[in-house]
Amino acid sequence: MKGEDAGALTAPAETSPTAQGRYTLEVDHLDVAYTVRGNDRLTLRDISFRVGQQESFGLVGESGCGKSTTVQAITRYLPRNGRVTAGSVTTGGRDVMSMGPEDLRRLRAREVSVVYQEPGRALNPSMRIGRQVAEVFEVMGSPRKEAMERAEHALRTVQIADPGRVIRAYPHQLSGGMLQRVVIAMAIAVEPNLLVLDEPTTALDATVEAEVLDLVSGLREQFRTAVLFISHNLAVIAKMCDRVGVMYAGEIVEQGPAQDVFDDPRHPYTVGLLRCVPRRGHRKDHDRLDSIPGFLPSPGQVPTGCVFAARCALADNRCRSETPAMEDIGGARASRCFKHGEAPSLPRATPADVAVRSGRTSSEPVIRVEHVSKTYSTRAESVRALVDVNLELYPGETLGVVGESGCGKTTLARVLLGLTGPDEGSVVEIRGQRVAPTAARRGRDDLRLLQIVFQNPDSALNRRHSVRHIVGRTLTKLAGLDGEEREERLVDIVRSVRMEPRHLPMRPAQLSGGLKQRVAIARAFAGQPAVLVCDEPTSALDVSVQAAILNLLVDLQSREQVTYVFISHDLGVVRYLSDRIAVLYLGRIMEYGPAESVFAGPHHPYTEALLSAVPTLDGTGRERIRLEGDIPSPADPPSGCVFHTRCPRRLADGTCETVEPPLREVEPGKVMRCHLPLDELGRLEEEAAAAAD
Amino acid sequence: MATTETGDSTGRQLPPADQLISDPAAIDPALPLVLAADDLRAGGVLDSSSKRIRREQLRLLARSRTFQAGAAILLVWIVCAVFGGLFRPYNPLAQNLLSINQAPSARHLFGTDNLGRDVFSRVVIGSRDILVIAPLATVLGTVLGTVLGLLQGYYRGVVDAITGRVVEAFLALPVVIVAFLFIVAVGPSEASLIIVIGFAFGLVISRTVRTAVLQERELDYVAAARLRGEGALHTMFVEVLPNILAPIIVEFTVRLGYAIFAVATLSFLGFGVRPPTPDWGADIATNAQYLAAGYWWETLFPALAIASLITGINLIGDSIESVIIQ
Repeated sequence: MKGEDAGALTAPAETSPTAQGRYTLEVDHLDVAYTVRGNDRLTLRDISFRVGQQESFGLVGESGCGKSTTVQAITRYLPRNGRVTAGSVTTGGRDVMSMGPEDLRRLRAREVSVVYQEPGRALNPSMRIGRQVAEVFEVMGSPRKEAMERAEHALRTVQIADPGRVIRAYPHQLSGGMLQRVVIAMAIAVEPNLLVLDEPTTALDATVEAEVLDLVSGLREQFRTAVLFISHNLAVIAKMCDRVGVMYAGEIVEQGPAQDVFDDPRHPYTVGLLRCVPRRGHRKDHDRLDSIPGFLPSPGQVPTGCVFAARCALADNRCRSETPAMEDIGGARASRCFKHGEAPSLPRATPADVAVRSGRTSSEPVIRVEHVSKTYSTRAESVRALVDVNLELYPGETLGVVGESGCGKTTLARVLLGLTGPDEGSVVEIRGQRVAPTAARRGRDDLRLLQIVFQNPDSALNRRHSVRHIVGRTLTKLAGLDGEEREERLVDIVRSVRMEPRHLPMRPAQLSGGLKQRVAIARAFAGQPAVLVCDEPTSALDVSVQAAILNLLVDLQSREQVTYVFISHDLGVVRYLSDRIAVLYLGRIMEYGPAESVFAGPHHPYTEALLSAVPTLDGTGRERIRLEGDIPSPADPPSGCVFHTRCPRRLADGTCETVEPPLREVEPGKVMRCHLPLDELGRLEEEAAAAAD
Repeated sequence: MATTETGDSTGRQLPPADQLISDPAAIDPALPLVLAADDLRAGGVLDSSSKRIRREQLRLLARSRTFQAGAAILLVWIVCAVFGGLFRPYNPLAQNLLSINQAPSARHLFGTDNLGRDVFSRVVIGSRDILVIAPLATVLGTVLGTVLGLLQGYYRGVVDAITGRVVEAFLALPVVIVAFLFIVAVGPSEASLIIVIGFAFGLVISRTVRTAVLQERELDYVAAARLRGEGALHTMFVEVLPNILAPIIVEFTVRLGYAIFAVATLSFLGFGVRPPTPDWGADIATNAQYLAAGYWWETLFPALAIASLITGINLIGDSIESVIIQ
C-alpha cells in the first residue's frame, strides 16, 4: 500500500475530486476558523491530504497544532463557533461540506467511524456493553435479537476472549484496554470506509497500547478499511501508518511515506521534533536531547511568511516575508519549506556535548529503603500496594521506576515522601538517619532532603499564588531564609531553572505548561534536597517541552548531586536518564539492577514484555512478546509468582503457579524475581527473536 | 546558554491521561483561544493575568442584562433606605385618624393604613432594617460556614463525622422553627435576628464549602504544602481558601436572597422589628386582617417590596454565578 499514490500529495486544487473512488478521503485546501468574541481566528490553514483506499494515514503534531480540529472538520463536528472558511472535504466522491442532515447522519453512521482517546467517555456508564454494541446493529436495521448475536460476534472480532461476560458487564467493570476494544468493535461493526482514530491509545498502558495497536492493524487487513490515525506520539505513527502528515500551528508542514519522513525529515520542525525524542542508545551523559527554541504562535495569529520561521535556525528574510507553499520534493514527499534541502543540517538549539557528571560519586548510600510495604485495608479486603521493597541509592544517581499503572509506582513515591504512611516495619533512611513514616512527623531537615516534582503542574501549583510566593514560601519553610537573603536565593533558583525574575509576580495561569513545570522544579530544589522523586514529570508535556525539562533535570542533577527517583511509564525517557532501573509489578520488584544490564537483558519476562510493547521510531522493534489479559487485581493477587497469569515463559511443571519466586541476585548488582535461570531466559529470548525473523 | 526555552504558548498541554477529554464536542474551543489571544512577546507567558481575568469577569457581569436588572432593583431599595428620609411624603409614624384606609390616590400613592399612616412612606422607610439585618446575617453565616466547612473538609474523619451529624440534625429543622425557638429564648431584637439567621445559614453554607474543600485537598499543591511543613491553619486558609472563593461567593448571593425572606417571615410572625417602626413583614402581618374588608393596598405594597428585593438579589446572584462558571 505504501506510496500507492505518489502524485496525490500536494493536492493541487485543479486536480481535485477527479479521481472519484480512488481516495476514501480527500481534504483540499481546508481552512477552519473559530469565531471568538466576534473575531475570526484562523486555526487551520490550507490543509490538504488524501487517504487512499485501505491506506493508513497519520497526522502527528504537538498539542494545539490542529489535529483534532481536522478530525472535527472532516466529520462536521466542529463546535458552534467553528466553521470551514475555505476548501473541501470529500469522502467516497461526495462533498461533506454540502451534505444535508440526512446525508450527514448516514455518513457518520455508516461511512466514517471515529474512536476517541477516552473509551470510558464514549460509552454510556448506565447501559450494559451488549446493549450499546447491539444498538449499532439495530440502527442498521437488525431485529433486537439478531443485533445481540451480532454484538457478541463483533466483540469476538476485536479479540475479546469472553464476550459472553463482557456483554453483560457495565463499562466501569472493564479495564481501559477492554473498553477501547469495545469502542473499536462498535466503530468497525458498520464496516466503515474510513476509521478515524484520535489518540486511541494515549490513555492506555504501553502493554495494552501494543495490544490495541496490533488489533487495529489486524482489523485493517481484515476489513480493508482506510485509517486516519491522529497521535502526538511519533513512534506510534511510525508503526501504524503508511503515510504521515506532520502538523504545526494549523498547517501540514511535511507529508510523505512515514518511514521516509522519520528517517530523513525535510522540514526543520520535523527535524527538531525528532531530535527531542530520546532514542535507544542515547544517554544523559553523552547525548543531549535537542529542543526547539521559542514558542508556538497563538492560534489565529497568521504570521507573515513561514509559520515556523520564528523558531527556525535556518530562517532568512524570505522565510519571514513569504509564505512557503507545499512543495513536491520527490519520492512522494512534500515539504512546506523553502530550504527543505538544508533541513537535515538544521543547527542544534542545544549543544550536543555538555559535560555532565553522572552516576555514583560516593560510597555511602543517600537513601535506603528496607522492607517497605503498604497495605490499604478496607472492611472488605486488603490491598497490598507495595510488598517488601528494598532499594539503596547513591548521591547523583537516578533510579528509574517502571511498570504498568497500578503497579505501585506512585504508592512508592508517596511512601518515600511520607504522604502515605507505610506498614509497620518499613524503614526509610536518609544519609543513614531513619526518617519518620509520615511527613507530618518529619522535621524540617528530613522534609528538606526529600522532595517531589509532581506529574501535573496544574495540580501541583496553587493557582492563586504567584511564583514568588510558591518558591519563596518554600525557601522560608525549608531553607529558613527571609528578607534579602531569601530574595537573592529566590532569584538564583528561578534563574537556575532558566526562568527570569520577571516571572516572579506571575501566577501559574499566566505560564505555559513547560514554565509551570519549571516552577515546580524550582520549588523542589529550594530546600536543596538530597533525593528528588519525579513522578512522571514530563508525561503531561509535549515532546519538545519534555526535552527541555529533561535537559534541565540532568543539569541540575550534575550540579547539585541530587539523587532522582524517576517514575515514568515512558521507557525511552527512563532509559535516557536512569543509572538503575526497578521494574514493579503488583507492588513487587520483579527486576532491579544497573540500567544498562536491565535493558540489555536477559530480561525478566515482564521486563521483556514491557520493552517489546514500546513502538520505536526506527521501526526496528525487538522481538515482541505480548502479555495476555489484564493486570490482576492487587486485592486478589495470583498465587505463586504474581506474574504467572500473563507470563509467556511460565514453567510447564506448575512451579510458577504455586511457589512465589524469591528476589535473587542473578548478576552482580542485579536482582530478579523469576524461577527461570538467567541463561534459560536468555536462550528463550534468542529463540523468540529468531522465530520473529 | 545550555538550554533554550521551549513551551507551548497556548497552555494546552496534553492533560494527564485520566483527565483527557475524548469527546471533541465537550471541549469549548473558545477557552484556550481566549487565554492565548494575545501576542506572546514575553515567550511562554500568557498575557492573561488574574487581574485581567477579573477585569474581564467584571466587564461580562456589567454587560449582563440579568445583572443590570437585579442591580437596578437593589439600587432602588438602597436609595430608599439611605435617602428615603429626604423624599418620603409623610412621616411614616404619623397617624391621621381622619384619613384611614384610603385607597391609593394622588395624595397617598399607596393609600393609607388602618391608622391613617401613609403606606408609601412606610414601604420606603421599611427597607432600612431589612437591608441591614439580612446582609449582616449572611456575612456572619458565610464566615461561620466557611470556617466550619474548611475544618470538616480538611480534617475529615472524626471531626467531619461528629460536626457533620450535628449540622444535619439542625438542617432537618426549618430555619424559621429554629429561629423561632432561639428568639423566644433570648428575646426579639435585631442582634438576635442576625445571630440566629447567620447561624442557621452558616450550617447550610458549611456543606457547600466542605464539598469544595474535599475536592481541593486532593490536589498536589496541598501535598506540597505538607512537604514543606505547613501547619493545618496555613494550609486551610492560605492554600485552600483562595481557591474555593468562587463557590463561596455564589453561596453568599444565594443565601442573601433567602435571608431577606427569613427576616421578612420572622417580622411577619412578630419576632423581628417591633411596631410601630415601619417594616414590610410586620406591616403585612398587621394589615392582613383588613384584607377581607377590601383594603388590599395595605398588604400588597409591602409584599411587592419584599418580592422585588428578593428577585433583584437573585438576579444578581444568577448573573454572578454564570460569569464565574464561564
